[in-house]
Amino acid sequence: MAKAGKKREGALEVIRGISAAGNTGMDRVIHERMRLAIVSALAVNPSLSFNELKRLLGASDGNLSVHARKLEEAGYLTCSKRFEDRQPRTEYRITEKGRRALARYLDHMEALVTAMKDREA
Amino acid sequence: MMDSGRSHQPGRLDTHAEANLRFIRDTMERAGVFTAVPGWGTLAIGVMALAVAIITGGVWNDQVWVGVWAATAVVGFGIGVATTMRKVRAVGLRMTGGAGAQFWAGLVPTLAAGALITVVMARAGQVDLLVPVWLLLYGAAVLTAGWRSVRVLALMGVCFMVAGALAPFSPSRDLSMAAGFGALHVIFGFIIARRYGG
Repeated sequence: MAKAGKKREGALEVIRGISAAGNTGMDRVIHERMRLAIVSALAVNPSLSFNELKRLLGASDGNLSVHARKLEEAGYLTCSKRFEDRQPRTEYRITEKGRRALARYLDHMEALVTAMKDREA
Repeated sequence: MMDSGRSHQPGRLDTHAEANLRFIRDTMERAGVFTAVPGWGTLAIGVMALAVAIITGGVWNDQVWVGVWAATAVVGFGIGVATTMRKVRAVGLRMTGGAGAQFWAGLVPTLAAGALITVVMARAGQVDLLVPVWLLLYGAAVLTAGWRSVRVLALMGVCFMVAGALAPFSPSRDLSMAAGFGALHVIFGFIIARRYGG
């Protein structure tokens, strides 16, 4: 109950923030669609290679590598490169920090939806 | 279009947040199904098929031979379904959403066609021809279901189809069954388990 109340209050702050300054206080790194997709895909897999992520998300090489690098810089992903059957394989894993960021983002969205419904009711 | 006023803001935010949640859920589901191939389950099916191939090597009655392999196929399918569901559930997902439905839609019709053809051919006494038919249809089913999954699954489907194409030239039907449903499952099961975690 206390947690739900806290979430709702957080969401109301978000709404107030948007109204006042156009600032949601949202995690900008994860909010971008491609980055959100990368983090979501890695959250349910121990690791995924560059090519697997590319196929799964329908991304281009350039687009995927740019966004993956941003997530890596934020500490949300780790990237390891190795050779497998003489072929280079780039593998990504989500970090604990990335997992927490995704959980926070999900909480944020859920709280927002709840708060909006409460406000409309 | 510009927002006309503050009263519309809540509705819009609500829609955006819900769309984002849906997007995350869909991506997780697709990603979960993408690697949901059960490595150890596939390997277990292969070991079972190898054991059955050794047993059926001494079976000369065609009806019994078909019956044993039909029962093995049912058990194998059960192992495949159970281990796939277990792997998907382990990450809190389900196989009944859009991505899961696509997987089953690729797999089940071809396997059902194989079951029907088995009945017709067994009744017609064309048991030896069943081996290439089974391998080809199973390969086609795995290839279709695995198209939106990891590449190794599609490759496994192709290998089964090649095994099916070579089966008519094999000296023994049990050797073809052991090489196809046994060895290929063991090899690819091991690769999948190592690479995609169980």
